[in-house]
Amino acid sequence: MKKVYKIDVDCAACANLMEEAAKNTPGVKDATVNFMGLKMKVEFEEGHDVKTVMENVRNNCKRVEDDCEVYL
Amino acid sequence: MNQKQKKNLVRIVVAAVLMIALAYAPLAGLPRFMAYLVPYFIIGYDILYKAGKGIRNRRAFDESLLMAIATIGAIALAVYEDGDYTEAIAVMLFYQVGEWFQSYAVNRSRRDISDLMDIRPDYANLQQADGVIERVDPYEVEIGSVIVVKPGEKIPLDGVVVEGTSSLNTVALTGESLPREAREGDEVISGCVNINGLLKIKTTKEFDESTASKILEMVEDASSRKSRSEDFISKFARVYTPIVVYAALALAFLPPLVRWFGMGMAPEWGTWIYRALTFLVISCPCALVVSIPLSFFAGIGGASRQGVLVKGSNYLETLSEVDTVVFDKTGTLTKGVFQVNAIHTDKLDQNELLHLAAHVERYSTHPIAESLRNAFGNEADGCQVEKVEEIAGHGIRALVNGRIVCVGNAKMMDAIGAKWHECDEVGTMVHVAVDGEYAGHIIIADVVKDHAHEAIRALKRNGIKKTVMLTGDSRRTADKVAADLQLDTVYSQLLPQDKVAKVEELLQQKKTGKLAFVGDGINDAPVLSRADVGIAMGALGSDAAIEAADIVLMDDDPLKISVAKRIARKTLRIVKQNIWFSVGVKVLVLILGALGFANMWAAIFADVGVMVLAVLNAVRAMFVPKSVWQVKENSRNLPDATVA
Repeated sequence: MKKVYKIDVDCAACANLMEEAAKNTPGVKDATVNFMGLKMKVEFEEGHDVKTVMENVRNNCKRVEDDCEVYL
Repeated sequence: MNQKQKKNLVRIVVAAVLMIALAYAPLAGLPRFMAYLVPYFIIGYDILYKAGKGIRNRRAFDESLLMAIATIGAIALAVYEDGDYTEAIAVMLFYQVGEWFQSYAVNRSRRDISDLMDIRPDYANLQQADGVIERVDPYEVEIGSVIVVKPGEKIPLDGVVVEGTSSLNTVALTGESLPREAREGDEVISGCVNINGLLKIKTTKEFDESTASKILEMVEDASSRKSRSEDFISKFARVYTPIVVYAALALAFLPPLVRWFGMGMAPEWGTWIYRALTFLVISCPCALVVSIPLSFFAGIGGASRQGVLVKGSNYLETLSEVDTVVFDKTGTLTKGVFQVNAIHTDKLDQNELLHLAAHVERYSTHPIAESLRNAFGNEADGCQVEKVEEIAGHGIRALVNGRIVCVGNAKMMDAIGAKWHECDEVGTMVHVAVDGEYAGHIIIADVVKDHAHEAIRALKRNGIKKTVMLTGDSRRTADKVAADLQLDTVYSQLLPQDKVAKVEELLQQKKTGKLAFVGDGINDAPVLSRADVGIAMGALGSDAAIEAADIVLMDDDPLKISVAKRIARKTLRIVKQNIWFSVGVKVLVLILGALGFANMWAAIFADVGVMVLAVLNAVRAMFVPKSVWQVKENSRNLPDATVA
């Protein structure tokens, strides 16, 4: 399953870090951060609760870049 | 400017003023140190806070942490030598200026591009059941509702005109300045601007599914598909910071130790630590990273303004490397409609022959009949047309003003014993016989598009080495078009599946460069997906074509292919300039810094200055080279070229 989330981030390198962080979150199969479009596309693995996975994604993103937001 | 940017701008100005004022303040020793800490904390408190978080999250290469180490280190050295605190503050200051500029420029481009597109409708005038018109959010309009579009307003949702006639300005969607006509029963798409008449439209799609929304979404989404340049730079950024940080560590400790123990000289710790701190100042990869997606975004935005939709940065990149363009003939290079091309008569007047033929074809729905009627213009005159009889596989026979007129192919002429003859013109021959005697023939042919010649020439000028045409038409017709347009290769009499095979064969032959296929997007979806880049033409309002292609030309002007190619080349040129320039300057300053020729001022200027220049360079991608349009205007004046 794929979903798109709106995000907020100020710098392009941070967007790359967020992408990395999202990709490395358990339950996420693949993630792409579109810095210019301020969107995050997340592909989930089967059998994971999207809501908890996304909360982890959000926390992981905050760890690498404090000044970012993922709108769930 | 948003709230955050305003606040940061105030911080930058206040800190800068304080820093300059302190340079003239008669302070010394501890009071001087304390005074300088004020602007430092004003400009740097958030960086220091983030640095703390970086430590807590064990992120050694956090840019805020590195910035904090560099500036605190510089202050510490200044305390030790009771020297210049300005440097540390200036580094923080310029770093923040860089961050501010970056955020401002990126936001600005986002807005510029949506302004450039200018197709997002803000409201819809919904007609209620009682006839009252209410202004509503287009999201709230349901399928089948009737909306009113006044002159000057944007059509908010796709639909069918139920009342009124008007001209529509489609320039924001297609880049084409010629207005389109819309009348009752016509389908209209959102994003067009109503020029003069009042239109009532019954909606056929919801707002999300309407053309304008879909196009905007596609343009925004395009940067999700990343180019190889972006992948390269993000990989580079990932290794860049650690390398610079380790180099800084080495620089801080190795030379002093070598000097001390190895050479018996004074270690000069201060000098080497200062040089190491200079390294940390340029360790942030942001300046490298931001300009690449920005360039692609600007390029894709500029292209959509011209009616060229690019579905991903990767496709723009591939298009820039294309050196072979394969065209489908019908609907791509030719109009795909039949037109009367020549009339050859034996005895009758040419117009009279066409007159008779048009009458005979009065009731036929065959495309050839339609083109004959169109060519004659006033078919519905007072002439009597009776006993119309269609003879399958031959043609049509009818009584026109008392004379038996037969219109059909060679078989029909043979059947009635009329002596027909061959013709040099290429195209479909329609023979006419009057009262059993051969009267002449009319040549009907597909017409090459107005800009097809110019389009091929423009492609050749823009780095295309080979042009190929694929068609299901007969060899004679295909060769004529290919010769006329000066195409390099032509493959005719192909079945749809043969086209895929041909493209695969061409792909295999290629060693360098990429291959683009251009088609109408409806019949050739498999070929579009097989080519390196699939370009669909005339896709305005055709979801299938938009779905199948990588690049979509909203109108059916073949000249847009070279426009797309130019934009792609320009964007990639800018991307490469930015990569080389930013990496080059950073490496140069690193080397100069290690040798002691570049101080922290140089480092921060290299960082921020390079980023500002790269960002400004990136924004250039939004503008299409003007000469394309001059060429287009000139070619408008050329007469229509017609071939088979």
